[in-house]
Amino acid sequence: MLLKMSSKMTRSDNITHARKTVQQLRVEACIERIKVSKASADLMRYCSEHAKYDPLLMGIPASENPFKDKKPCIIL
Amino acid sequence: MCDQTFVAITFGPCDSCSQNKPLMNIYLQNEPVNYCSLCVELMACQGLAKGETVSTLRAESENLKAKLEEERAKLHDVELHQVAEKVETLGQFVIKTRRTLKGHGNKVLCMDWCRDKRRMVSSSQVIMRSAAVCVLQEHAVTMPCTWVMACAYAPSGCVIACGGLDNKCSVYPLSLDKNENLAAKKKSVAMHTNYLSACSFTNSDMQLLTSSGDGTCALWDVESGQLLQSFHGHSADVLSLDLAPSETGNTFVSGGCDKKANVWDMRSGQNIQSFETHESDINSVKYYPSGDAFATGSDDATCRLYDLRADREVAIYSKESIIFGASSVDFSLSGRLLFAGYNDYNINVWDVLKGTRVAILFGHENRVSTVRVSPDGTAFCSGSWDNTLDFNPV
Repeated sequence: MLLKMSSKMTRSDNITHARKTVQQLRVEACIERIKVSKASADLMRYCSEHAKYDPLLMGIPASENPFKDKKPCIIL
Repeated sequence: MCDQTFVAITFGPCDSCSQNKPLMNIYLQNEPVNYCSLCVELMACQGLAKGETVSTLRAESENLKAKLEEERAKLHDVELHQVAEKVETLGQFVIKTRRTLKGHGNKVLCMDWCRDKRRMVSSSQVIMRSAAVCVLQEHAVTMPCTWVMACAYAPSGCVIACGGLDNKCSVYPLSLDKNENLAAKKKSVAMHTNYLSACSFTNSDMQLLTSSGDGTCALWDVESGQLLQSFHGHSADVLSLDLAPSETGNTFVSGGCDKKANVWDMRSGQNIQSFETHESDINSVKYYPSGDAFATGSDDATCRLYDLRADREVAIYSKESIIFGASSVDFSLSGRLLFAGYNDYNINVWDVLKGTRVAILFGHENRVSTVRVSPDGTAFCSGSWDNTLDFNPV
């Protein structure tokens, strides 16, 4: 009896889960997409526009670097 | 649902699935639409409860998945690294570890930068980085949590959130008084049914986003502790999350043990996009600075870049020699560099556009658990299971 009941519940759980998956996929199928070439071009453009502001990429002149060692540093 | 149905032979893109097919002109709620016959059938079956079995739903979902792949593949006209061939190659990347902070009693599991670019919080302590005196001061403030897997600074810098195996995310106000007992001011905000894997404040101190081993993410009101929105869709532990960078952005991305990275709308709780190309757990997700893409680090030893508008993976960062999982990723300010910490104790720096490795950074004696670039991009910090934090300024 118990076994029958649990298999019934599993079946309806499966249906709910499957239905949710289908609904989710429907939502995803409808979104608008652009071509990879356009997306890549945009990524590249962002990089080149912001490259000069990226210290890890460009380095900073020692005079402007507030963290440059001026004297022996200590850890308190 | 359908007021009138006219059968007319027109050929073109379906209003529902966008495929070029013979169309039927129908009226939905008094609006004329052109649907292909498949979509008309799907729509008619939507309300059907009888006759809907697991197998028909499964068949439909397989159908939709195949259609999704088809749609994505249509737009896959070129690879990112091919487009990036004309970009200048990066010079040699040189960085020396300036400061190793030892003395953490435990493994460093997580860390976060404060927006003032001076302070960091890690899973055991608050660390102050002071420019005037070129000194790294450690606040003698120990995180009063047992096993902190997630920590975050509030935008104001006055409050810290952290949590872990206690299944909660708690918020602590900070004070400069070193003798202050932080634990006394603790306020529990988030409650999950499994460990807390990541947390982040939204654009204000008032809302907290959390992800958990219970497979969900949740948005909480800090003041009242109320659950504002929950996000269901992962089928296993969620390990990481990141908020979209825009000021007005209302989306975030999460990655988990189900190998999926999901993009969510914070207001509706809806899962907008989902990406499943990794072959193992996704340990870390991070948005590209423009917000149009995000990177992931996974136990399958690769990091990948997914573009949101192209709705697909556009780059893989991997090498045959790298066989250990990537635990944490972060971008440099321009998005050109991707810093990734691995379980083989190293940090690999990748050229995001070209897909090549620019540098390997050694220095840790155990797994690298977290890598974070400072908000002004002048330094990055890596935490490891060897109980140290390496601070690397430019």
